[in-house]
Amino acid sequence: MKNTALTHIHEQLGAKMVPFAGYNMPVQYEGINIEHETVRNGVGVFDVSHMGEFLIEGEKALELIQKVTSNDASKLAIGDAQYSCLPNKTGGIVDDLIVYRVKEFTYLLVVNASNIEKDWSWIAENNTMNAEMKNISEGYSLLAIQGPKAVEAMQTLTSEDLSAIKFYTFKVGDFAGIENVIISATGYTGSGGFEIYCKNSEVEQVWNKVFEAGKSFGIKPIGLAARDTLRLEMGYCLYGNDINDTTSPLEAGLGWITKFTKDFTNSEALKQQKETGVTKKLVAFELTEKGIPRQHYTIVDAEGATIGEVTSGTMSPSLKKGIGLGYVKTAFSKRDTEIFIQVRKKAIPAKIVRLPFYKG
Amino acid sequence: MSIPAELKYTKDHEWVRVEGDIATVGITSFAQSELGDIVYVDVDTVDETVNKDEVFGSVEAVKTVSDLFMPLSGEVIEFNDGLEDEPEKVNSDPYGEGWMIKIAISDNAELDGLLSADDYKALIEA
Repeated sequence: MKNTALTHIHEQLGAKMVPFAGYNMPVQYEGINIEHETVRNGVGVFDVSHMGEFLIEGEKALELIQKVTSNDASKLAIGDAQYSCLPNKTGGIVDDLIVYRVKEFTYLLVVNASNIEKDWSWIAENNTMNAEMKNISEGYSLLAIQGPKAVEAMQTLTSEDLSAIKFYTFKVGDFAGIENVIISATGYTGSGGFEIYCKNSEVEQVWNKVFEAGKSFGIKPIGLAARDTLRLEMGYCLYGNDINDTTSPLEAGLGWITKFTKDFTNSEALKQQKETGVTKKLVAFELTEKGIPRQHYTIVDAEGATIGEVTSGTMSPSLKKGIGLGYVKTAFSKRDTEIFIQVRKKAIPAKIVRLPFYKG
Repeated sequence: MSIPAELKYTKDHEWVRVEGDIATVGITSFAQSELGDIVYVDVDTVDETVNKDEVFGSVEAVKTVSDLFMPLSGEVIEFNDGLEDEPEKVNSDPYGEGWMIKIAISDNAELDGLLSADDYKALIEA
């Protein structure tokens, strides 16, 4: 089991630690509901240093990225970030990721912790143009400082104007007394804020200064459990739950990051799928009666026939009702369609809704 | 971790208060703390006779769902309606307002199979 550079701090804070993607990670500190609420209305900090980071460099870097990712990375100016995915050759998804253009010929790819080795081999296998690749995952830490008060609470820590960093852009600047930190206006919560990339040797200082600066804003550490409820209220896909090696980006509602303006892995087959239409779709639903959907619960129609499966589900801490994502046959994917979630012996009525669940 | 001496316990982290032929059942402070914020207690066996170790309902935390098992055989005669609107009482007062069901005990001999507070303490500290 690997630790992050901050594991000892989480343990001191009394976090409940769980194994996740090979790392010993804080799942909860004070309680999931209070942590969730802190990010929705204040500011909270996640240690997500388990995430993987690859540098792709040199004149061939863009060519490699364009080949392996579905979104169009040629649109990225220096300082831009882009959500994308790595399609496989059989119609599914190797991983979803964020692509950062750091310099003219330097890109940073941020991938899921559970997929670091798989992604690395996949990209290396496709690197026929010999772009330079470096896996810097082990040496880098990532803090997500999220919530509507993040900008105000963190401004004293940097000479960069935080309010000027637009969503999905970033600056490389000073932060908490450390130089060359990536300050990125990204996150997985839907409540705004930043993700801070720095070296493992620097992260403890950053963490401590973030908590000092945030003290008067009621800043709290936030665990992975609240990270999941926050992302699910926004309908953000979680790899391994909502997308995997067998789900197509088009089925998953990721058509907006699947750009047929260029060629990429499996793009011909995906283009074909777009033209003929998908047979199942990832939908968002909320229960209209009491109950909580969970991953792998069956989705049925009014007659009890199976029409799909739940891929993520929870009680929404913000909305106080059961919400979920799941794949259903395309005929059942329209908004307001009534479906039923098989919760133990009962089929609980639910309706298809538009994302996000949480509208702020 | 609170483990009242006057109650009986099960290895499934439930407590039992026996008063005559009636047993009141809930989950222990240890169990609620492991589950985290409880958001729903679902009991659909009221008025049914359920055997020991069978499922009488489930308790849902934000992230997980756990079955609730009968500590004793008997008829489920009451569900704590207060939990419908305030399931968080299981977290804040697991041995009091967070009680879950009352059972009309059908076999008093089964009482011998329950754990004492000391036995339960040893179980969770093991």
